[in-house]
Amino acid sequence: MARSVLDEDLLAGVRDVSPLMLGIAPFALVAGIATVDAGLGLAEAVGMSVIVFAGASQLAALELLGENAPLAVVVGTAVVINLRMLMYSASIAPHFADYGRRLRAGLAYLLTDQAYALSVAEFDENPDRSRWRYYLGAAASLWIVWQIGTVAGVVLGAGVPDAWGLTFAVPLVFLALLVPAMKDRPTTVAGVAGGTVAVVAAGLPLNLGLLVGALCGIAAGLVTEVTAS
Amino acid sequence: MTDALAGVVASPRAWVAIVVIGVVTYGIRLSFIHLFGRIDGVPTRVQRPLRYVPPAVLAALVLPDLVTLRPSVAATLLDERLIAGAVAGAVAWRTENVFATIATGMVTLWLFRFVVFA
Repeated sequence: MARSVLDEDLLAGVRDVSPLMLGIAPFALVAGIATVDAGLGLAEAVGMSVIVFAGASQLAALELLGENAPLAVVVGTAVVINLRMLMYSASIAPHFADYGRRLRAGLAYLLTDQAYALSVAEFDENPDRSRWRYYLGAAASLWIVWQIGTVAGVVLGAGVPDAWGLTFAVPLVFLALLVPAMKDRPTTVAGVAGGTVAVVAAGLPLNLGLLVGALCGIAAGLVTEVTAS
Repeated sequence: MTDALAGVVASPRAWVAIVVIGVVTYGIRLSFIHLFGRIDGVPTRVQRPLRYVPPAVLAALVLPDLVTLRPSVAATLLDERLIAGAVAGAVAWRTENVFATIATGMVTLWLFRFVVFA
């Protein structure tokens, strides 16, 4: 009897995450296509999707690898993009505090924007849920779809003519994530400033325009927050 | 032997990047999940700037792919990428749907590339 209750929590996670797959699947396809575009192969695509498992940073790293940017720039850019997960880790940590070290280490590996957002909302609404089972149901589903989508993208990506401009889907994915991230005045200012500075600084060597833009955006957001209060 | 090795380590540069990014990213994910219990929540000084990381980074990733100041601003404004990006941005704003955003952006790009500007 206990068994079916456990499965119920896991399945609830799987069920709740499934509508999001409509956005995740094409995103994963693009990650596969971008790998081919960067001159890399299936092994690198799967290696990156399994080891890094963070879409936006994977796409940025692939673009920079394709441009032969220095390794420090590739790594630095990807890490900056993933810094937001520090917030997720901090925010979800109290829910996992009672679990053992090993389980927490495993749950941390699966942490993504979507798994975090879904789980925290569900934990608030439904305190009786097994936290780790619900989270695992959502997060592991995302992991599986991400890996399959990446492989499919590599296979398809090799056969698509350049004129279709499929890699244009990469900025489109970021755009789809950017718009909801600009949810109030300071975050909007951060986005506008970050983007504008990045365009102006696009000519800088080592692709530093991205980092300069991002830092200016963060500063602009903070300044706006301070002056508003 | 060298052939087999070449197959496995075809792009050492990429693999170094993959492993380092992966390890650091895992460290970021694990940070507070691991530390919790030893500290009381996240210091405000860390939390406040982190709030602006997603919009700032994402915008800095997107805009240079839609707009370039070279060779001229006027040429950029007529570029199909900017038009497609603007339409996709409107769809993202209205629907907050990743799939709809990608689909609209790509179709608009093709429409201008293969029909309007062809």
